[in-house]
Amino acid sequence: MNLDFGQIVPYIPFMLEGIWVTLKFVIFAIIFGFVLGTLLALCKISHVKVIGWLADAYTSVFRGTPLILQLMIIYYAVPELVGYDISPFLSSILAFGLNSSAYVSEIIRAGIQAVDKGQTEAAQALGVPYNQMMKDIILPQAMKNILPALMNEFITLTKESALVSTIGYLDLMRRATVVGADLYRNFEPLLFVGVIYYLLVMGLTIIGRLVERRLRYSD
Amino acid sequence: MIKVKNLHKSFGNNEVLKDITTDISKGEVVSIIGPSGSGKSTFLRCLNLLEKPTKGSVLVHNQNITDPKTNIMKIREQIGMVFQHFYLFPHMTVLENLTYAPLKVKGESKQVAQSKARDLLAKVGLTDKETAFPSSLSGGQKQRVAIARALAMEPELMLFDEPTSALDPEMVKEVLDVMKDLAKSGMTMAVVTHEMGFAKEVADRVLFLDHGMLIEEGNPEQFFDQPKTERAKGFLEKIL
Ligand SMILES: Nc1ncnc2c1ncn2[C@@H]1O[C@H](COP(=O)(O)OP(=O)(O)O)[C@@H](O)[C@H]1O
Ligand SMILES: [Mg+2]
Repeated sequence: MNLDFGQIVPYIPFMLEGIWVTLKFVIFAIIFGFVLGTLLALCKISHVKVIGWLADAYTSVFRGTPLILQLMIIYYAVPELVGYDISPFLSSILAFGLNSSAYVSEIIRAGIQAVDKGQTEAAQALGVPYNQMMKDIILPQAMKNILPALMNEFITLTKESALVSTIGYLDLMRRATVVGADLYRNFEPLLFVGVIYYLLVMGLTIIGRLVERRLRYSD
Repeated sequence: MIKVKNLHKSFGNNEVLKDITTDISKGEVVSIIGPSGSGKSTFLRCLNLLEKPTKGSVLVHNQNITDPKTNIMKIREQIGMVFQHFYLFPHMTVLENLTYAPLKVKGESKQVAQSKARDLLAKVGLTDKETAFPSSLSGGQKQRVAIARALAMEPELMLFDEPTSALDPEMVKEVLDVMKDLAKSGMTMAVVTHEMGFAKEVADRVLFLDHGMLIEEGNPEQFFDQPKTERAKGFLEKIL
């Protein structure tokens, strides 16, 4: 077999455009998943049992079923039900965000519980209200401890994002297959986007390290 | 300023405090001593409701803090607490540790909060540590910051739970000195301590707890020289 990368040159701009298309929804999905995951984590440690139970059930369902199924349900099945024709872009953000929030909430819950109970007591003794204490004292410490785990989740999300090619979203992955079909050669375009995915993940890893270093205030 | 009446506290079936009744008046320094596990910390923590009493009442300025209608946050603002393990906020500088609650809880302006914080840091001898993070401080320095942090809320009462027990011996004095100054300034203080020297010298009154009961209370000279109860005698023989 002989590789010929010369043939994909005309398609390179088309494939590079996929970087932004992928990143666009990945960034939204990460933010959405992170915010929802934080809220879910707060529900899980709530003293109101029902709230905690609902958050646990949510997590259980989203971790217990395939992501691609969740994506298909949101893109194909929900529109049948409610009659709203959802775009691939919005479906992707929703599916990945909802799914990611389940994992993120578990990570953050563990992070919160790992913060010394004395921190809560010190804040309470100063008269700091619960919400303020969570925001200013507990969550910042929890986040610092769980940053590596969170980064891992974001990296997984970035890689799994290739699944959205199955609902016709023109992301990196989809573009590689389009080019492959055009050229009757799959290896070169797949390898090309493979390298791009790898660089994206490396980029995320480096950002994670930098943030970690900036947060390393204690010991 | 604090009236404790028939205070009981149980954890499950374990009755940790049994029918404690006592008062702390304004400007008084009370030392709480007793064997480990006798309920000293629990007693102290009932005074600012870090533990919820099972029975009985705690009145702060004649307000029953166990009454669900009482705004416990407002009460806690008036009561400072210093812990054995400091519990400084590790992600904040020393100055931020001191100004956080005044800014967020009392709504003080940044300027006022910072200038008061600097005064307090001067008082505890840590002016040069303003921008340091807690992890870079020694135990004695951490505890002095913790005391200053509590004082920044301008409390009327300060609770100390074994403030020197986690310190290396050479750092005990610097913390006790700060506490002595505080006592001299007229602060009302309740201090759980194993430092009998401090109790003798600084306290106006000693409470002796054993097995969750207030066995004996009195002025330090009398308590240390002529304890009235066998249990107090036994305890003092063991530690002195
Ligand atoms: N949060 C808690 N849950 C259950 N038991 C506790 C709790 N806190 C304290 N205790 C128990 O209460 C008793 C008194 O504890 P404590 O007040 O810490 O004593 P001291 O400070 O005098 O050493 C001990 O037997 C301890 O095990
Ligand atoms: Mg104790």
